[in-house]
Amino acid sequence: MDCRTECKADFSHTFDVLVIGGGNAALCAAMTAREAGARVVLLEGAPKDFRGGNSRHTRNLRYLHETGNNHLTGPYLEDEFWDDLMRITGGQTNEPLARLIIRQSANVAEWMKRHGGTFQPSMRGTLHLARTNGFFLGGGKALMNAYYATAHKLGIEILYDAEVQDLEIFDDTFIGGSFVLQGALKKVRAKSVVVASGGFQANLEWLKEYWGDVADNFIIRGTPYNKGRMLRVLLDRGAKPVGDPRQCHAVAIDARAPKYDGGIVTRLDCVPFGIVVNKNARRFYDEGEDFWPKRYAIWGRLVAQQPDQIAYSIIDSKSLDLFMPSVFPPVVSDSIGEMAVKLGLNPAAMEETVGTFNQSIRPGTFDPTALDDCVTEGLEPLKSHWARPLDTPPFYGYPLRPGITFTYLGVTVNERAQVIMQNERPARNIFAAGEIMAGNILGKGYLAGFGMTLGTVFGRIAGREAARHAIGSFTERS
Amino acid sequence: MPSAALLKEAERIMVICNACRYCEGYCAVFPAMELRRTFTDRDLKYLANLCHDCRGCYYACQYAPPHEFDLNVPKTLAGLRLETYRDLMRPRALRDLFRRNALAVSLVASLSVTLVVLFTLLLRGSAVFFGVHTGENAFYQVIPYLTMVLPFSALSLFILAGLGMGTASLWREMGGKPNELLGLRANGQALWDVLRLRFLDGGGYGCNYPGERFTMFRRYLHHAVFYGFLLCMASTALAAFYDHFLRLPAPYPFWSWPVVIGAMGGIAVLTGTGGLLYLKRLMDRRPAVPQSLGMDTCFTVLLFLTCLTGLLLLALRETPAMGLLLALHLGLVAGFLITMPYGKFVHAVYRYAALVRNALEQSQN
Repeated sequence: MDCRTECKADFSHTFDVLVIGGGNAALCAAMTAREAGARVVLLEGAPKDFRGGNSRHTRNLRYLHETGNNHLTGPYLEDEFWDDLMRITGGQTNEPLARLIIRQSANVAEWMKRHGGTFQPSMRGTLHLARTNGFFLGGGKALMNAYYATAHKLGIEILYDAEVQDLEIFDDTFIGGSFVLQGALKKVRAKSVVVASGGFQANLEWLKEYWGDVADNFIIRGTPYNKGRMLRVLLDRGAKPVGDPRQCHAVAIDARAPKYDGGIVTRLDCVPFGIVVNKNARRFYDEGEDFWPKRYAIWGRLVAQQPDQIAYSIIDSKSLDLFMPSVFPPVVSDSIGEMAVKLGLNPAAMEETVGTFNQSIRPGTFDPTALDDCVTEGLEPLKSHWARPLDTPPFYGYPLRPGITFTYLGVTVNERAQVIMQNERPARNIFAAGEIMAGNILGKGYLAGFGMTLGTVFGRIAGREAARHAIGSFTERS
Repeated sequence: MPSAALLKEAERIMVICNACRYCEGYCAVFPAMELRRTFTDRDLKYLANLCHDCRGCYYACQYAPPHEFDLNVPKTLAGLRLETYRDLMRPRALRDLFRRNALAVSLVASLSVTLVVLFTLLLRGSAVFFGVHTGENAFYQVIPYLTMVLPFSALSLFILAGLGMGTASLWREMGGKPNELLGLRANGQALWDVLRLRFLDGGGYGCNYPGERFTMFRRYLHHAVFYGFLLCMASTALAAFYDHFLRLPAPYPFWSWPVVIGAMGGIAVLTGTGGLLYLKRLMDRRPAVPQSLGMDTCFTVLLFLTCLTGLLLLALRETPAMGLLLALHLGLVAGFLITMPYGKFVHAVYRYAALVRNALEQSQN
């Protein structure tokens, strides 16, 4: 049955498995459950053109592998994977779950390929992840397209524009749910449910509960459909929360980005090569603390703490070719004063900031590929690497705002992906996968390509367990 | 010059793509884009002609419409490509005539067929035209030797001149120096890319044509047309050699090299063009420019009909239908040849030029 255009799915009977969400974790769960023999319905809240949640903006997946292959340049083993995860989370993780994900990610690319996924060999745009992360040919949307085609072929009933409103949960057991389809409220019943509907980062009202009006100046990098409705419903119905509700993964991105869904292109990699000032034309943090890929995630928070949540990165012509091209053209000027005017800042303050900065630079050997010795002296805050005077016009300016990638608050799960209730008992037939339970493993920070790993592994676990609960047996077909 | 609006749109999308780069595994366009930070008109024309229209980047694009960035790479590049085709048509007087390409090509082809049929009928009389001719020189009994050879030789020179001048202009427009076009290594690489139709393989899984699914259909069908066309050319050249140097005039027996090669080529082109037309009917119109549909279809139909009449002529050459089929076939061949520099055929030489440029700059980086 083609549910992609016009669904004739019969909602009067009880499905085996209901999957809520339409991104990577949801599809992995749905395909796994369906291959085990369950009757599966998947409700995607977004319209078809925007299906796939934040997975449509991803590009790669980190997975365990003992040898290199046609798209990875070398081995990536458990100890290194674990160390990487420990380093970025600072130990704020659930070790059994984290190790489960790492181990079950072993050669997961083979499973993905059997379900339509394709990978590309490492090229110029694959950053420094060519050994650890498999890059999807064409990126995450291409992968989602392939998964939807496979899910359709498997006979999963897929509905778009189907936003689940509420879940009926009684005695830690899921009974049914209601959803809106083309303006009409409908009921759905299933023997088990997989909730894989993402976090709440696109819900500004919710973000404001923690951030206040500051959140009005946040840009949401991903899908506008992750409003966290299912997260709120699960928490209200007794699920045990996990993760710091105040925290979100925020990076500094181009302030001219669209409010939602700007994705990868809004990133700016120029920060380490110049100075960053706030709206008072004052520097506020060490721009050269470390390589940008290791620092971009703290800059979202730094900018969020500045007045009006705005900042400006300024470089001169010496540095223009040192970073990935930006999607929006820089503001160009022949003098620092003119730059200040064009950015709406105080020219005198800006000239003073740049003058002091330029005078404090100790001579060194500039090297953008290393933590070089170009440092400032007697300047507060310090710039500890790549400090070169801004003295060669034209000057280039980029406005920065906090760009929110995801939120950390989620529901607690066990190793079977069962949602844990506040009484510490696992819900019998409620499973969660993907961003909605990422907080179990990612207490803070983020490891490139790990969201897709987590979604794939836990999506498959949730699909397997949901099918096992619904039809009493489980045999994975492939 | 292509319209300023189109160039501006092409620049806009390339700037967005260059900040993303997710599609770099599909084809040559994105790796070529990554060598640049800004895009001149020359760069954009080059990238437009380098694009093979596999459409992988349309379906994979997180910014494709209805996203507010409204990114449609294949459609934009196809529009720009079409304008470079028009721009390079020589002589300029004919360029405007072929602006409405489907109409002009159909008219020229129909006129050419009508003229050949009518003249043959009038000059040779219906007895000859509808008679049965067999044995040596059978074709020349209907259309005399010189009447056949002279116009077609002249036409061939005209086409070669037209395509050659167009390619040289495009090379300049793409920012190349004349001597670079003749570089041995770059030509070797480009030829290898063409012979494999490398950039219709979408990174190994085929193109997204006619729809979202990856498939090798179009690549194989295009191969059939390409190699079939080469076989037809080889057959014609061989027949000319038999005729002029071995004093063996056509028609040739069925089991002779010109006939076997020509028949194989004809069947391949027929299959390929038929299949491509079928796919075009099914194709998703969103990543396509409507203006190129007529040009593409006309060219493919003309090629299809030329091969069809050629094969029918082979099958029925010993019947009274031979005269009519010969005239039809030659009329179509003439129509095809005349319109070659003014229609879809130019993509063969222009894309080749873009591939040479790509081979050059990739080897330099």
